[in-house]
Amino acid sequence: MTAGLAGRDAALDAASRLVAGLPPAPAVWCSGLRKRYGKRQAVADVSLEVGRGEVVGLLGPNGAGKTSVIKMLLGLVHPDAGEVMLLGQPAADPAARARVGYLPELFRYQPWLSATEVLALHVRLSGTDVTPAQRRDVLALVGLGDRAGDRVGGFSKGMQQRLGLAVALVARPELVVLDEPTSALDPLGRADVRDIVLDLKARGVAVLLNSHLIGEVERVCDRVVILDRGRVAASGTLAELLGQRELKLQLTGVSAAARERLAATGPVEREGDWFTVALAADEDTAVPALVADLVALGAQVHAVEPARITLEERLLGILRSASEARSDTEGSSR
Amino acid sequence: MTTARTVLTIAALTLQEASRRRVLLALVALTVVLIALSAWGFSRVAAESGDATLTSGEARLTASILLNLVMFGFSLIAALGTAFLAGPTLSGETESGIALSVLARPIRRSALLLGKWLGLVAFGSGFVVVAGLAQCLVVWATVDYWPPQPAAALALLAGQTTVLLTLALLLSTAVSPMASGVVAVGLFGTTWIAGVVGGIGGSLGNEAVERVGTVSRMLLPTDGLWRGAMHGFQDPSALVQFGGADSEAFPFLSAAPLTPGYLLWAVAWVVMVGGLAVTSFQRKDL
Repeated sequence: MTAGLAGRDAALDAASRLVAGLPPAPAVWCSGLRKRYGKRQAVADVSLEVGRGEVVGLLGPNGAGKTSVIKMLLGLVHPDAGEVMLLGQPAADPAARARVGYLPELFRYQPWLSATEVLALHVRLSGTDVTPAQRRDVLALVGLGDRAGDRVGGFSKGMQQRLGLAVALVARPELVVLDEPTSALDPLGRADVRDIVLDLKARGVAVLLNSHLIGEVERVCDRVVILDRGRVAASGTLAELLGQRELKLQLTGVSAAARERLAATGPVEREGDWFTVALAADEDTAVPALVADLVALGAQVHAVEPARITLEERLLGILRSASEARSDTEGSSR
Repeated sequence: MTTARTVLTIAALTLQEASRRRVLLALVALTVVLIALSAWGFSRVAAESGDATLTSGEARLTASILLNLVMFGFSLIAALGTAFLAGPTLSGETESGIALSVLARPIRRSALLLGKWLGLVAFGSGFVVVAGLAQCLVVWATVDYWPPQPAAALALLAGQTTVLLTLALLLSTAVSPMASGVVAVGLFGTTWIAGVVGGIGGSLGNEAVERVGTVSRMLLPTDGLWRGAMHGFQDPSALVQFGGADSEAFPFLSAAPLTPGYLLWAVAWVVMVGGLAVTSFQRKDL
């Protein structure tokens, strides 16, 4: 009997050590999210993960389902199917959102309250202890330090968005969800948001960033998830998504054999004398070999420019190939 | 955060909104005008009865009817005020996006709704009780009439306001802010008219017409509670003076007090409609 109890205690001990040794649960984990509004399937099947301290960008065309996915993560929209975990807790329990900050795409705050009062309200609702001095610091961080006592009703759209950012940051979040955080901001404000996101990343706060500004995403995000028509069209680290390189060549006197040599390297696009070849990521010797072969095949090489494709080009490529694939299947099914 | 704290925070916020949006100021201004007018009216009644053109019974009847009339004015102000507050406060916030950042906090939607309800009940009930009491004092000072059951009557007026704002909250979870206010006030008016029609049916001995009032009082208990409140404000001898059972047809006198059963039904109605509002709000996609 005693031996049995001791054995159970030891097992419990081992189990708790095992659990304590596990890495913390991801900041966001969702699987198989689906949502239909009437006849329109807004989200068809989305699974994604945001690790602790990771900055993940959500990209995609209008109507891809980005905001719907974010709202389902936060319990604002009920998914038809799928599971969501926030910071290791099932999202169905409101307590899972205790350490989550959110700036909605549609940002509006009680116009009859002052900026300070809006923050105080959100601090109370979050159940966190945040001193008035810390609240003032957050307002100063988003550039509203001298408007703290003013009614929100008199704020411009840009100032309301800055206030929304403060609301998202005020309750010491471990996950911050920003839905189009710079839609109403001037270039200076956009730079501020970039700095804030980089600062969050440095402090180990996870960020899920939905933005149309690809440059913004490219600069701050560790990983990108591209949504198209309610599905994940592509996802990965920037290096994975942008690993593909390009080579631009200005050539004259290109024989059929030289053209074949180009095509053998990768997909080729031609614009006058300029040929653009996509290269595989890991071939360092590809460029000198290609140039030597082209010269040997009689082509005159005027210029060779290595280029890395931008996230924007990659995004457009993914979305275009997806829409082509769709029109192909529609054509064949007819 | 505990649910109770969330509810109280939201209730306080709702009261703050009512005062900051000048709803309180508008109500106070309207009330002062109504009370001043009625004070003048009652002082005229006092002057008439002082000339001995009215018997003491007639004076009490007049005071009862006038008091009920002014109280109806207050209940109308409270009904319109809370219905138009309750509509925008929920569906307006959902439409504008204010609700998004609030509901992304670790709070339950039911707690938000309960907090709003509590704030509105405090606001609406507070208004009718304070204004009603002020009116009773004015009547007491001018014609020396004090209603037989002022506390019960004021509580019933507050209950009537609560019933209407609960309905407005339910509507605001489903339809636009404007529509919810309009429908709630429309139903309030309809029930009152149905109550009067039912009273006429009763005095004519026409059961079918009488049933209109009874049924409408069950569907929306505002008119029933209002009649109970009137019964608490009026002098018991006023009915006899007015002509006994025939007074049923008169909209500003009430023939019978409320039964406990009806009061229970009114409470059950509020719980039921409030529960429906919670269910409807919880299912809503924001």
